[in-house]
Amino acid sequence: WAVTRGMEKGYFARREFSFTLRDDIYVRYQSFERPQDLEKELQKACPYKVDIGAVYSHRPSQHNTLRSGAFQAQEKELVFDVDMTDYDDVRGCCSSAEICSKCWTLMTIAIRILDRALVEDLGVQHRLWVYSGRRGVHCWVCDDTVRKWSSSLRSSIVDYLSLVKGGADTVKKVHLSDPVHPFISKSLRLVEEYFEQYALLGQDILGCRESWDKVLALVPDRPPLREQLQQDFPRKRDSVQRWARLKALSSSSSKKLPSYTEQEIMLQFCFPRLDGNVSKGLNHLLKSPFSVHPKTGRISVPIDIQRLEQFDPFAVPTISSLCRELDEANDEDKDKENEEDPESRRRVRDYKRTSLAPYVRVFECFVEDMERARRGELLRRSDLQGDF
Amino acid sequence: MVLKIVENLGVKYLKGTDEYKSKLEHELRKLKFPYKALAEDDYDARRKDHISHFILRLAYCQSEDLRRWFIQQEMDLFRYRFNELSDPLVQQFLEYVNLLYEPISKDVKKRLKDELFMSTPGLSAEKVEEQSFYKIPLQDAQDLIRVRRVLLNYGFALVPHQDMVVIILNNYRTKLSKALAVAAVIGKLHRTGRRDVCGGVPTWLRKHWSKAQAHGGDLSVLSLTARSLPAVQSDERLQPLLNHLSHSYIGPDYSAQKNTGKISLEQIDALSVKSYPICMRQLHKALRENHHLRHGGRMQYGLFLKGIGLTLEQALEFWRSEFIRGKIDADKFDKGYAYSIRHNYGKEGKRTDYTPFSCMKIILSNPPSQGDYHGCPFRHSDPELLKQKLQSYKISSTGISQILELVKGMHYQLACQKYFELTHDVDDIGFPLNHPNQYFVESQKLLSGGRELKKEMSHPGSSQLKPTSQESINSSSATTTSNNEADTELEGLDEYFAED
Repeated sequence: WAVTRGMEKGYFARREFSFTLRDDIYVRYQSFERPQDLEKELQKACPYKVDIGAVYSHRPSQHNTLRSGAFQAQEKELVFDVDMTDYDDVRGCCSSAEICSKCWTLMTIAIRILDRALVEDLGVQHRLWVYSGRRGVHCWVCDDTVRKWSSSLRSSIVDYLSLVKGGADTVKKVHLSDPVHPFISKSLRLVEEYFEQYALLGQDILGCRESWDKVLALVPDRPPLREQLQQDFPRKRDSVQRWARLKALSSSSSKKLPSYTEQEIMLQFCFPRLDGNVSKGLNHLLKSPFSVHPKTGRISVPIDIQRLEQFDPFAVPTISSLCRELDEANDEDKDKENEEDPESRRRVRDYKRTSLAPYVRVFECFVEDMERARRGELLRRSDLQGDF
Repeated sequence: MVLKIVENLGVKYLKGTDEYKSKLEHELRKLKFPYKALAEDDYDARRKDHISHFILRLAYCQSEDLRRWFIQQEMDLFRYRFNELSDPLVQQFLEYVNLLYEPISKDVKKRLKDELFMSTPGLSAEKVEEQSFYKIPLQDAQDLIRVRRVLLNYGFALVPHQDMVVIILNNYRTKLSKALAVAAVIGKLHRTGRRDVCGGVPTWLRKHWSKAQAHGGDLSVLSLTARSLPAVQSDERLQPLLNHLSHSYIGPDYSAQKNTGKISLEQIDALSVKSYPICMRQLHKALRENHHLRHGGRMQYGLFLKGIGLTLEQALEFWRSEFIRGKIDADKFDKGYAYSIRHNYGKEGKRTDYTPFSCMKIILSNPPSQGDYHGCPFRHSDPELLKQKLQSYKISSTGISQILELVKGMHYQLACQKYFELTHDVDDIGFPLNHPNQYFVESQKLLSGGRELKKEMSHPGSSQLKPTSQESINSSSATTTSNNEADTELEGLDEYFAED
């Protein structure tokens, strides 16, 4: 399996898994000698949710027997978690756990910005983007060197990648200063591609007085800028025109001081908001790819970033749709299904007959890339976990 | 001593300002510290610097608090010294420490010119042109990445020459903290008697160690600090010195003789409000309220009282009158507690004349537990409780927040200093505060217009090497026989009174 494969002996056994059982019973520090053991345990315990943790210095299942301090996380994929909930103050369509096709654009933007930075700035290769199953996306960065990164380096990187700062008490959450770092300007270019379509037309952020007041709160309180806009906005026809007015005014009003009002607003509305804690610590757990989201039933599927724009979270198969497809498929070729298949082969065939297949292919491509990068290692069957 | 100054100035002045620099230079000159050694090439001075640095490493590896403090101060000192170096010397230094990073080629630089300019604030376009940029692995450039002050390009940070100091500091910090951690682990293993783990290192290393000493600190041997710790710890000549170094402070030891009998018992209550540092005020209050103090408190407060001039007779009377109002009757007091008081005054057992605890010792050793009132309130109480306490002492709210800020930065002694300044209504006491008795003396000096106790302050002792090993009674790893004796004696007493 991708996150553990091809490593030196004992690597898998030192990996932490944790299960969420019925009634939110949480079991941490599970570990297994071999992938097959994990599989057996999965079938036995039928957890609602499986999380993957770090690779530790000792077997996590024995963490209690060790002296405190001796048991330490050594390696872990660098993971990112972007959650739609964090955008609640800037999306008008949905709130908290809900998503719609309108606000999903935010995730698309987030993935494009982060993915660019990961490759061009940080020089990583193996990124697996995964739909979390409900309202966000995860990214697993699996390069060998990255897995060994210290948590202090991880947190530096998170700080590097974060622009939107402050909670409910902060109105203006993005502040740019001169000079604008290339990471920001490159990200801005990506945001610009989407801004009109998403924010002005889709979210209609300048559509009515109530919503444009929120935007104007981000405009520096420097007369006559804000008042002028207050006067002008009602006369304009729609968000696009109002935005053009704002752009024109804010750039003309400040000849001397460089002002980034327009850019700051764009970033506040569109820039990815990372859940930093997930990325910073080595011992943080994150839901395994291909698991079923406990609330929505949707499978946590990998996203093909080549075809990112086409990804539709609502088209993702759910556990019930998969079961239906499997049943139908089984009915169809019941006759052929009489030879004594080993469990594994049957499983491989099973998923191929469902709508999960294209997603598995994305995953397989990712794994193959990694394998190509790592020569001379054992090929292991990619373990599919859609069975609980 | 140098590090202490670095700390004090670092808090007083904004690091890196001219004022900070000139003040630091002035202080270092005063101490004859070879801060420009690489430039002046004074071999002798450098040797001394090396030796003291590595000895301090040994001394300060023993606990987390000590390590953190030591690293922080060394960092500031290093930054200062590095910034004083001229460009060729920087180059020379980089070569010497094997931190040669690859500069990017002209072509690459040309291609990335604009991005380089945009990513490094404070660097003009011409400067970008003229300085070389180095390819630094991400993990070495964390501090710059965090604040987005460097260009990242496919897994490397491109750092301009002028920011290299950050990289080097980072590197130095990592190395130093690793070395200290390893030293601490080995030391611990060794103390618990698992010499086998160290693999027979002690004997041969001990030889090297003493040789290194004899030769005045051959660097290559000294850099084995970590591994040589076991040898050092089994070296009875060094152990007490090391414990002493990290736990003690350098200055007058406030042993009692000079001002005995100056204070009458009736004055104590008033004095405790006016001139006691908080730690002692807290102990005094607890004693008056509970008519009892546990061992740690009796030691800390008893020796302090001795330091401010209580005679043995007064002390006995003081403690007895208080204790018999509690659960202890006079007979029991005479049998047990009186002994330890006489012991403190050097009249029992080993007959050592014990000196009052310094701030360093109070802060670092023997932290208070349930039912204890000793320790340093700035170090050992929750900020919330400390705040309440300060409020009850009628400290202004701005003062309280200043103090809490210092506490947050783990500058406990400076917090106490602030407390002193606030309660005595002075702007800057003009000396580093590092002993409760110093607090008392200074306070009295101020309150009585500087008449009476002036004399006592007149000799700033350079008693660094004075074997006041009795100060390390409570230090965890005391291995010398004399200390053991003291330890067992005191422990015995403690057990004796454990029932109350």
